[in-house]
Amino acid sequence: MAQSLDRLKESPSQTAGPYVHIGLTPNFCGIGGVYASDLGSSMINDQTKGERIELRIRVLDGTGTPLREALVEIWQADANGFYNSPAEMRGAADPNFPGWGRQPTDTETGVCLFQTIKPGRVPFRDGRLMAPHITLWIAARGINVGLHTRLYFSDEEKANAEDPILARIEHRLRVPTLIAERQRDTYVFDIHLQGEKETVFFDS
Amino acid sequence: MAETGSNRAPETGAFFQRDRQWHPPALTPSYKSSVLRSPQKALVSFDNTLSESTGPVFGHAMLGELDNDLIHNFARPGESAIGERIIVHGRVLDERGNGVPGVLLELWQANAGGRYRHKREGYLAPLDPNFGGCGRAITGEDGGYALRTIRPGPYPWPNGPNDWRPAHIHFSVFGHGFAQRLITQMYFEGDPLIWRCPIVGGISNKAAIEALIAALDMQSTIPMDALAYKFDIVLRGRRSTLFENRPEGN
Repeated sequence: MAQSLDRLKESPSQTAGPYVHIGLTPNFCGIGGVYASDLGSSMINDQTKGERIELRIRVLDGTGTPLREALVEIWQADANGFYNSPAEMRGAADPNFPGWGRQPTDTETGVCLFQTIKPGRVPFRDGRLMAPHITLWIAARGINVGLHTRLYFSDEEKANAEDPILARIEHRLRVPTLIAERQRDTYVFDIHLQGEKETVFFDS
Repeated sequence: MAETGSNRAPETGAFFQRDRQWHPPALTPSYKSSVLRSPQKALVSFDNTLSESTGPVFGHAMLGELDNDLIHNFARPGESAIGERIIVHGRVLDERGNGVPGVLLELWQANAGGRYRHKREGYLAPLDPNFGGCGRAITGEDGGYALRTIRPGPYPWPNGPNDWRPAHIHFSVFGHGFAQRLITQMYFEGDPLIWRCPIVGGISNKAAIEALIAALDMQSTIPMDALAYKFDIVLRGRRSTLFENRPEGN
């Protein structure tokens, strides 16, 4: 026997279930008066620096049906590539941009919309720049452990081509599952939980 | 840099890898909703970049006075929610055993009859006009938190022909990095439904299930007012950066 490493185990994940809105977007589901607003519902103000964009996201199950009760969170750098986080040691992020947002999918159409800014480039561990991207986290009934993926931008072809995370994807046919299509100022991104077009999900 | 809500120097290392055998797998067929919502291809692994090792922080200033009191935060003035009054308290720790300060906990639950306040909810148990079902708290310097609520009721749900959820409270947790993001559920010591639940049963390790069962804590009760349950939550630990080579400016 050797000494114990004396480590704890992470609490196991459990599904957010069908009523995740009660806890995380109560105003959206009609529970008013507890919180002034739903956390993460607004990401930008007049002073936020950067190009205004809209993300139009859907989450689809293995039959192609959009999830109508999912929750999507995003985490991204500011226009200069800085994260608004205590663990960001390279410099100060835009104080008018939290970098984090949360939206429920529409209860009829399954669409969720984020009004945000295009993020700047952030260095990979070895100093190379990653392509501009947004981290996504998805919770819903039927999802046992929250799903982690990334949204990249269709008009960043050169940066995408040299991105070290995209380069890690063995099956090159799957890379486009992470690239949102630009339509004017909106990026359209469908997340497929299963099937031929299954989105690349990460373990990081 | 954003406010940390703590006097400690912020940590920047990558997080310990997640033990996927300890968590439920994506596909747990006894929980039918997972069948069409579980990715089937292998997850693509990589060590945390800044996009995962950083994360948003939430300050105590955003909290309202009743945010951590579900007995009163939706109730009419002078009234309170019906049910077994309980304190839920504990600490948020990381896998190294350190308390994690400044952690936002958001919770939601059914009322004492097992009914959620949600338009898609069809269970015949009645709503409690004084119970909304959501609350939140932010951990203190030692990772500690405390909430007041009512014990939620068990309820039947459409899965098998006669499946019942054990009494549970949903917890959403933000640590210091987005890679620590976690949603889980708290169960109650002694509930016989825990071991019959297809959602709980997705976890294959008995010790992992027991890590989600809050213990009755008589020393933290308020006599003649509320029982107490202790529920600790563990988030991924962070590696030390002491021996890591990092390029300038990274």
